[in-house]
Amino acid sequence: MSQLNKQSTIVTALISIFLAMIIGSIAMQVAGYNPFAAYQALFVGSLFQAFDLGETIRTTTPLILTGLAVAIAFRTGLFNIGVEGQMIVAQLASLLVGIKLNLPPVLHMIVAVLVGGIAGAIWGFIPGFLKAVRGVNEVIICIMMNFIALYLSNVLVRNWLSEQGTDSTPKIPESASLRVDFLSEMFDSSRVHLGIIIALIMAFVMYILLWKTKRGYELRAVGYNPSAAEYAGINVKRNIILSMVISGFFAGLAGAGELLGTQGYMAIQSAFTGIGFDGIAVALLGANTPIGVILAALLFGVLTYGSQNMEHVAQVPPELIRVVVAAIIFFVAANISGILLGAVKKKRRAKES
Amino acid sequence: MKKRSWLALMLSSVLVLAAGCSTSQQGGGNDKNAGFKLGLVTDTGGLNDQSFNQISWEGAKRAEKELKVDIKALESKRDEDYVPNLTKFAREKRDIIWATGFKFEKPIPEVADQFPKVHFGIVDSNLGGKVPKNVIAVTFKEHEGSFLAGVAAALTTKSNKIGYIGGISSPLIKKFESGFRAGVQAANPKAQVQVAYAESFTDVTKGRSLAKNMYNGGVDVIFHASGGVGKGLFDEVKTREKGKFWAIGVDMDQSALAPDHTLTSMVKRVDTAIFNITKDLKDKKLEAGKHLDLGFKEDALGLADSKHMSDDVKKKVEEFKQKIIKGEIKVPKDENELKSFK
Repeated sequence: MSQLNKQSTIVTALISIFLAMIIGSIAMQVAGYNPFAAYQALFVGSLFQAFDLGETIRTTTPLILTGLAVAIAFRTGLFNIGVEGQMIVAQLASLLVGIKLNLPPVLHMIVAVLVGGIAGAIWGFIPGFLKAVRGVNEVIICIMMNFIALYLSNVLVRNWLSEQGTDSTPKIPESASLRVDFLSEMFDSSRVHLGIIIALIMAFVMYILLWKTKRGYELRAVGYNPSAAEYAGINVKRNIILSMVISGFFAGLAGAGELLGTQGYMAIQSAFTGIGFDGIAVALLGANTPIGVILAALLFGVLTYGSQNMEHVAQVPPELIRVVVAAIIFFVAANISGILLGAVKKKRRAKES
Repeated sequence: MKKRSWLALMLSSVLVLAAGCSTSQQGGGNDKNAGFKLGLVTDTGGLNDQSFNQISWEGAKRAEKELKVDIKALESKRDEDYVPNLTKFAREKRDIIWATGFKFEKPIPEVADQFPKVHFGIVDSNLGGKVPKNVIAVTFKEHEGSFLAGVAAALTTKSNKIGYIGGISSPLIKKFESGFRAGVQAANPKAQVQVAYAESFTDVTKGRSLAKNMYNGGVDVIFHASGGVGKGLFDEVKTREKGKFWAIGVDMDQSALAPDHTLTSMVKRVDTAIFNITKDLKDKKLEAGKHLDLGFKEDALGLADSKHMSDDVKKKVEEFKQKIIKGEIKVPKDENELKSFK
């Protein structure tokens, strides 16, 4: 039975992607663009040259981590929409370690990454704690925490961290950077960084945690049915908090990677980057499994980075790719609800007979 | 196990396909155009932002028409896109790559360092005084232009209450504020300036509510330096009595947004600057590695002509402009200088 389900999620994902791309090409056709040229530019421009491949991996890296963050919360029946904010506080924390502490090269980087992860975990702990202890809806708190993080970071960057006469902070020193020479050289000096390795390790960690440990079993049990889990002697509150903390930690690593690997500095932001929100779509498409999340993140990475090239080569506005992304989410969500309904019906029938 | 080997087969076949495609693509992609080529990378505002990026693109389009320059633009969706977009143009060996906005002050030196033979231009930043050899940094003396807007506002107000709406409170936008307040002070010491920041360049609703509060509190002229937020100001002023409540636009002539209520606009001629510098580079009259600070002398700033400004006001504005050019007035750039201003 579980085998069947697994297969159908892959099939669901593939069918959804296929349908979404058809929708996208219809949209392009209507808008007067050539969809074949557009898709060719999209994939060629994101995968076939070392530099572009590197940048695609760089785009994919935070998506894997934000996808994992959303997925692990989903598994415990929680909706962590606060990944965006957790990323921002993590960036802030990593930045502080980067520019305010003086440590030897490798150690500096490790401390900066870990502090970023912990900052994200703390930002995830707050909604988790309030949900568990006070029963407050985590979605609302997470959204509010996003805004607190965004504006807090803006205030700190502007009034404390920015260089004289600019609205961005100084760059972090080499010793804290996640970029390493051999990776940059391999990908024609693109900004691919060690974050991808962290992301893959975390996907593995999540697999082990959820499916190979007692704690993970508890987390999933709470997700399936909190009342039943409590009846079985599982501490539901503790698991809710733990799930949000781990989720926040993953999101924090995504933020740390973006700061220490990609950007190297923070600037005043007028809006969210959307990487955290894309994580929701990644988790959904990846069916909340580590492998699924990695593959879905790769697809979103290709679509996001490749859409820039699509504009460059085929003059197709990148907004059309957002149509494809939205359509993928739409089809996956619709199909998942269909499967769920089917499963519920089957269970009922089984009960009746 | 079976499933895994199937997956591996799929992956390897994709890779083979990929390798095949990549070689065929490289042959067709390089068209060798001998002419001068310009690339423009926008910040996250996009090409049709009714403001900064749009005027820059106007300048590029003028270069295409008059100088037969090949032009192309790339819009950035996120801050992370700046480096790959600049790199894309650099790898095409474009002769000048323009980056619009101070958000590029970190990415530009990074990419310029990697492509020492390509020229880059950045608008609105002096790169902290350290301009690489292949970069031209262009800034404007916005405080001086805003000073004139302040003069126009101070001489038009009846209530002696004037408003200023800023975007994000960064040093650049503070420059507008300081110049504007100094202008008001110089032309009409009795007038008071209320200052508000939207902390956004896109939040139209916030702009409208800030403007509404100010007008309700007796303010009758508002100047904004807030990008898209300013649309809210114009939406609000349109609903009010003609000839009594005014808005002053920024960057380009914004009178189309509220024709009967726009006193004037503080115009930053980014298009002229981009056109002129591109031309000079093409004719090899200009060497890169410089910081150009453009003002009235280069005709890079000024107030848009408007039928709503009386001749007296226009005369006064012109007087102050001449004083600034001659150096008789030193317009303050930030709050500290404003405090010591007269």
